[in-house]
Amino acid sequence: MTDVSTILQAAPARPGPGPQPRRGRLGISPLTPVTYLAALLLVGVTVVPLLFVFVDGFKTNAQINSSATALPHPWDTRNYTQMLTSAAFWQPLENSAVIAAIATVLVVVLGAMAAFALSRYAFPGREGLFLLFAVGLLFPINAAALPLYLMLDKLGLLDNPLGVALPEAAFGLPITIVILRPFMREIPGELEDAAVVDGATRIGFFLRILLPLSRPALVTVAVLAFVQSWNQYLIPLLVFTSQQRFTLPLAVANFQTQYAQNTASILAFTALSMLPALGCFIFAQRHLVGGFTGAVKG
Amino acid sequence: MAVAGDKDLDIPRAEPGPAPPVPRARRRPRPRLRRRTELVVLLAPALLLFVGFVLLPIVLAAWDGMHKWTGFGSLGPFAGLHNYRLVLSDPVFRQSFVHNVIIVIASILIQLPLGLGMALLLNRRIRGRAFLRTLAFAPFVLPYATTAVMWLLLLQPGGFVDQVMKLVGLGGLVQLWLANLHLVIYTMIVVLTWQFFGFAMILMLAGLQGIPGELREAAALDGASGWQATRRITLPLLGPTIRIWLFLSVVGSLQVFDQVWIMTGGGPANASSTMVTYLVQHGFQSYEFGYGSAVAVIIFLICFIFALLYQRFVLRRDTRGALTRAVG
Repeated sequence: MTDVSTILQAAPARPGPGPQPRRGRLGISPLTPVTYLAALLLVGVTVVPLLFVFVDGFKTNAQINSSATALPHPWDTRNYTQMLTSAAFWQPLENSAVIAAIATVLVVVLGAMAAFALSRYAFPGREGLFLLFAVGLLFPINAAALPLYLMLDKLGLLDNPLGVALPEAAFGLPITIVILRPFMREIPGELEDAAVVDGATRIGFFLRILLPLSRPALVTVAVLAFVQSWNQYLIPLLVFTSQQRFTLPLAVANFQTQYAQNTASILAFTALSMLPALGCFIFAQRHLVGGFTGAVKG
Repeated sequence: MAVAGDKDLDIPRAEPGPAPPVPRARRRPRPRLRRRTELVVLLAPALLLFVGFVLLPIVLAAWDGMHKWTGFGSLGPFAGLHNYRLVLSDPVFRQSFVHNVIIVIASILIQLPLGLGMALLLNRRIRGRAFLRTLAFAPFVLPYATTAVMWLLLLQPGGFVDQVMKLVGLGGLVQLWLANLHLVIYTMIVVLTWQFFGFAMILMLAGLQGIPGELREAAALDGASGWQATRRITLPLLGPTIRIWLFLSVVGSLQVFDQVWIMTGGGPANASSTMVTYLVQHGFQSYEFGYGSAVAVIIFLICFIFALLYQRFVLRRDTRGALTRAVG
């Protein structure tokens, strides 16, 4: 609604070269107490529950029972050292890593191949095929859990890491193709022509030029696929019956039911199981936010 | 099933850019057979995986749902839509559906203003901005199962939350957070808000960064106050981002499972059950695969119908391809 009349009205009223225009340019506003109060509240609500897990992991059960809010006295590292020296932590960690790695590699390799075909070949039915993959975005993996279970049973993939990795990869394909296709499309056709003139086949162009150029988008989809697999709970819950195959989320939840009385150990296990995700996130957060920005801006 | 979202899901066709049909004439002639082989090799693996593990299971489930089928072994006798009718008339399923709807509404009413507000706050240059952003997003990247175990311990009777409330003088308000029939679903909403609000915030922040600073600058020169600029310029331009978030949030809320399953198992007395916990309980745990398949198909249809309607009536207004680009 900022039409000419408002401009005219506002012009004389402007308080000269005061702080106001400068605020507009730099985006800096006065740091009101309210701003900081809100920020502080945000930090508190987010961090305090996490701190509880990490700090109370240093207590004995007796200490936790007498007070959950006090600091540990003395700090007892046994919960953590016991966990770190036991297969109860390392085995599920390894299982999770293997499954997430298989799912990620499958998603990125197959997704990139399909996105290449769908972006740089012209063939009848191309848009329909793309739409088929895109519609997959609307298939919630949790709702499909039981049908998937029955399918895996038919294929003999129950209680098998592939029985988790393959569905996760399949459900990761839609978002991968939807992100990669526009990206690959925008790489100029002149590059392809030049490669052809230099004697490259189309597959050679794909492998040597398009893939390296698509690296930012490939990293984004790889991170997405890895995180989704790493955090998945329901599919492993249905697929695995042997405890030694459990993934980390499954193992933590299972540990909690098995040793319900041993709060200190549960806390230490939970804290440790959060560390890989937290570590990767802090490491990758700059990239992740950047990826979101690019994705939304289009 | 109609693919009504065609135009919206598609990339703008009018785009004059480097679209694939590059002038054929400049190309070395290529044998047709080879091109076809390339296409098959490139597309077949992804298509096979996708059809095998995404499309086929749900199609088969629609069929399985039409049979009486308990336990392993072959399908039982054909029962038509019997299972589907049973599911839809089961008060527990309806209750679960209502819980999902409550979660949808609560996440819109709570996470949207909260995420938007924090994004506007953090989009300004305040000290420690990057740090705050990282912190607020952290809960979202943690496996839901582990945060569920964390909240289970926090909320134990006489546990951390209760003790903190007593410390600050709110001891009188302490409740059985997870055992109170009327309260448990709201406890779940608090847990879900804690986990997902960072996602709303980060998406809004990304959207805000896409809005050129010059617009606000111009508004300020025209004498608009900070609030006016936010209301008249920033928020409307953030529209597409907000609509994308809404979509993702609703689809996510419709399939909530991990937190509820670990913290309450859907109880007490189904007071916190969701459609997916219902699916696991009534389809999987009791080996009623025919019935469970019907439940899965119904959940799927609810999500699908919502998505189509949303595409049709809400997202259509945005630039084409917004969904395809912004998800993720």
